[in-house]
Amino acid sequence: MLNIAATAAEAVAGIHDGATVLIGGFGNAGQPMELIDALLACGATDLTVVNNNAGQADAGLALLIKERRVKKIICSFPRQSDSWHFDAAYRAGEIELELVPQGNLAERIRAAGAGIGGFFTPTGYGTMLAEGKETRVIDGRGYVLESPIYADFALIKALKSDKTGNLVYRKTARNFGPIMASAAKQTIVQVSEIVETGQIDPEVVITPGIYVDTVVKIEPHAQAPAAQEANQ
Amino acid sequence: MSEKLSRDELAQLVARDIKPGAFVNLGIGQPTLVSNYLTAEQDVTLHTENGMLGMGPEAHGDQIDEDLINAGKIPVTELPGASYFHHADSFAMMRGGHLDVCVLGAFQVSATGDLANWHTGAPDAIPAVGGAMDLATGAKDVYVMMSLFTKDGKSKLVPECTYPLTGVGCVTRVYTNDAVFLISSEGVRVRETFGTTVEELQSKMDVKLLPPLGE
Repeated sequence: MLNIAATAAEAVAGIHDGATVLIGGFGNAGQPMELIDALLACGATDLTVVNNNAGQADAGLALLIKERRVKKIICSFPRQSDSWHFDAAYRAGEIELELVPQGNLAERIRAAGAGIGGFFTPTGYGTMLAEGKETRVIDGRGYVLESPIYADFALIKALKSDKTGNLVYRKTARNFGPIMASAAKQTIVQVSEIVETGQIDPEVVITPGIYVDTVVKIEPHAQAPAAQEANQ
Repeated sequence: MSEKLSRDELAQLVARDIKPGAFVNLGIGQPTLVSNYLTAEQDVTLHTENGMLGMGPEAHGDQIDEDLINAGKIPVTELPGASYFHHADSFAMMRGGHLDVCVLGAFQVSATGDLANWHTGAPDAIPAVGGAMDLATGAKDVYVMMSLFTKDGKSKLVPECTYPLTGVGCVTRVYTNDAVFLISSEGVRVRETFGTTVEELQSKMDVKLLPPLGE
């Protein structure tokens, strides 16, 4: 049964020290900022975080890293013009980095949610990111064995949920949301709107409620300061 | 042609070489310029790795929507017929060989089509790979756009890459301001030169160059 949390703080209250947390978003699109802020406030530490990036500027994931709450990050693209908090932690040797090609990252998360014990992918074959991994030549092409990424929690952002946890997303903010929802023991979702069950056309549901444990409504105006600024 | 191509002329040339109806991914940086020269008649569909087909031009002013960005995290627009999908589908599309062409930048390309474009290998560099390896491995054709020579005059089309590899044997064409090269099992063939000759290029490069067909 879906837990509808009253606040972001209540939604993330169960996240414990040492947890592995999948955090949705590609850059800021789809990044569940308020849930990350609540995670920062709740004090959980020694986290392993999985995200495409390693935080931007002074918000969201970047602040978790700044506060040294992340012991390890699994991502594809940590270095950006505004990833200064990650850069500082990394250069100080205070965060472990597992660098994964983006498609392998997505497929490893998907595999965890789909009960796949591992898969052979051509991506990365013959490169330093395949070093130490099992490889195989299949029909003349080289492949690397990659393993699923399981997690304790997923924090994602969707546009809308109904009261059974069926989700729809918005544009490229969908990105990692659907696969992360399937790969965690507990999936926590911030949405702009919660509607009655039956109010979302079953044909347009992207993430079925079976994958969703907790939803919390976050007012969209609080979610989109960047867009508002840009429109001014 | 009598002169070296400018960045825009090069982008125009790549755009012209993309077959009508193709599904294409343009990498960050110089390859993005190609989109400026694709014509409506070509009916090319642009893919962005963060989950969209039918990407339109960069968004400005009121069009800016923080939920609609490209792989470089720049706000973009959607065209009629666009679709959205999650990350695993986006990369399955790529890895599964459904994209006709991707255009990428490079530090080096080898004579056998190995690509190095993600990491200089410098010990103090923070590595970041993004979707580069997936794109290089997945698209049917990988076109590289780069300058042919480094600032100190060394060819970036080399017998073997010295930078860490992005993909093995994946590049099929190299577009540079001096020449276009075709890479296949027969070797590296010059398709055309701009303001130089095959002989002059060969004198500056260690890779054995095959002349344009018909010469």
